[in-house]
Amino acid sequence: MTTATTGQPATVGRPPTTMDNAAPRQRLADRDSALAWIFLMPSVVYIVALVAVPFVLAIGFALSDVTAGDPSFDWVGTRNFRRAFDDPVFWRSLGNTFVFTAVSMVLIVVLGKVLANILMAKVRGKWVIRFLVLLPWTTPVSLSAIAWLWMLDSIFSPIDWLLREMGLLGSPGALFGPNSNMYWLGEPDLAMASVIAVHVWRLTPLAAVIMMAGLVAIPRDLDEAARVDGAGYWRRMFEITVPLVLPLAAVAALFGAIFTFTDMAVVDVLTNGGPNNATQTLTSWAFFRGIDGGDIGQGAAVALFLFPLLLAAAVAILRAVRRMEVR
Amino acid sequence: MSALTPPLPGVAEAARLRRTYAARHVASRVGTYTAAILAAFLCAAPFLWSMVTAFKQNRDLYNPANNPLTFSRPATPDHVTYLFTDTSFLTFAWNTLWVGVLVVAITLLLGLPAAYALARLDRPWAGWFGVAIFLVYLVPPSLLFLSLSRIVVAFGLQDSTWSLVLIYPTITIPVSIWLLIGFLKGVPRDIEEQAMVDGHSRLGAFWRAVVPLAFPGVVAVVVFAFTLTASEFIYALSFVSPTADKVISTGVPTELVRGDVFFWQSLQAATVLVAVPIAIVFNLFLDRFIAGFTQGAVKG
Repeated sequence: MTTATTGQPATVGRPPTTMDNAAPRQRLADRDSALAWIFLMPSVVYIVALVAVPFVLAIGFALSDVTAGDPSFDWVGTRNFRRAFDDPVFWRSLGNTFVFTAVSMVLIVVLGKVLANILMAKVRGKWVIRFLVLLPWTTPVSLSAIAWLWMLDSIFSPIDWLLREMGLLGSPGALFGPNSNMYWLGEPDLAMASVIAVHVWRLTPLAAVIMMAGLVAIPRDLDEAARVDGAGYWRRMFEITVPLVLPLAAVAALFGAIFTFTDMAVVDVLTNGGPNNATQTLTSWAFFRGIDGGDIGQGAAVALFLFPLLLAAAVAILRAVRRMEVR
Repeated sequence: MSALTPPLPGVAEAARLRRTYAARHVASRVGTYTAAILAAFLCAAPFLWSMVTAFKQNRDLYNPANNPLTFSRPATPDHVTYLFTDTSFLTFAWNTLWVGVLVVAITLLLGLPAAYALARLDRPWAGWFGVAIFLVYLVPPSLLFLSLSRIVVAFGLQDSTWSLVLIYPTITIPVSIWLLIGFLKGVPRDIEEQAMVDGHSRLGAFWRAVVPLAFPGVVAVVVFAFTLTASEFIYALSFVSPTADKVISTGVPTELVRGDVFFWQSLQAATVLVAVPIAIVFNLFLDRFIAGFTQGAVKG
């Protein structure tokens, strides 16, 4: 868009920067380089003071023996990391973090695409449907997790009740077993599935909104031209829609990964890491060690461990997006 | 007689095709509506059940034999009134609101100029600088809150809602800059150049011509930033402990979960009462928000 406009005669031939530089008297507000720094400086100062400084402090904590009871700062090198690596719960949490993030990322992107198509369809009462679909994302996560805690209650879960009514649960020979309840958060595998399901439920609407942006941007004539040329639904899907939506799908995946990777409220509220650390993630374990256990150095070390992974993943995705855009 | 002669083969063919297409159209409409209703139901199901639960009597709720989806005993508003009379729900809501408004104001005040500098001032480093700012968003609160709580104490803001006003912009500024870059790139360059030709400075052109045109995008960023602020949990949990200074996301769980006792009906009522207004406002600006993503937010 911008390249097209600079070529037009309406811009008086030369870009404004050269005009300003050529002018003998310059006001500060006209000098781009100075203005760029003035505009950027407040944000940069804010972020350095309240993200970079605490980040460095956190690294310091990870390399020291700070605890809640003894806040004095003594250098211990990599002891906190070594202690974490010796703990089987750490490896369990690391594995869980990857499983949660990978599975929910795939589901979020696929379901997000489906949901985006549904939200774009011409239906009556679109406003109501959009409103209902957005609810999971706009609700504060601690509250929606509590709503789910009640949905998955070990005795009063309405899901269990429906399964019982349908004869799939609670009678001998029933599909889901003879017990009267599923214990969604009590069985290790079910608990993992439940945590993933709640993450996916919460983040799919956001992914759908991001991907709607991609779908809106597809020029209609491209699709229609392909249709006239005789391309079928799947052909159009895979040769036009998917390549054009891919960059935004990657962005949706990135957001989904960040929110799953770094958010501990869902795990904290639903399972508290249990049963027997089956749903423990690095974020929640760092919180339990650092705050509940009072071992700040250990907590910081565990929390710090996941940052390089997140950074690498984000850079990889953003680079891939840019390459797709250039093409 | 002529009326009984069979129609020409071409006409029959056309009629058959028309019927096929009509049937296909109906089928696709039915499919679309089914999918839309199913999606809405799956997303809203916990809230629908929350609304039923909120009005249940205890004796109805805590009986696994009762149908959990309908009322086996008359509905009661007691637990919803309890939320307003016996908890600080309104205080929490008010705190969330004013913290959100201030955080959004700080975010725009700092973020808009920064985004403009990166989108328009043609610095060679603008591209990677924008990415670097976005990457700040990836630093998880779970890593920062330990050291940030020390900083909050150093500012003398511990146990005050103002600590959240200070800290939340660190979450909202990076995302907002990233989104605003997209909106500002969507404003045609001609317009600010025209404003400068008309005698405005770069600053004046930015303020008088660019910001008003990017206003819809700004509104979308406001809504997004507010949603992030309202749902933040870890910072709010670790910085603020007095009840009167808590926000919704921490206040409701701590007031209504006492040890092992969950005040389920009141909790569900609170969830619905918070979720619905935010979703309505977000929905109002959904189209703007979508437009923002397409206007180059990912096009670097």
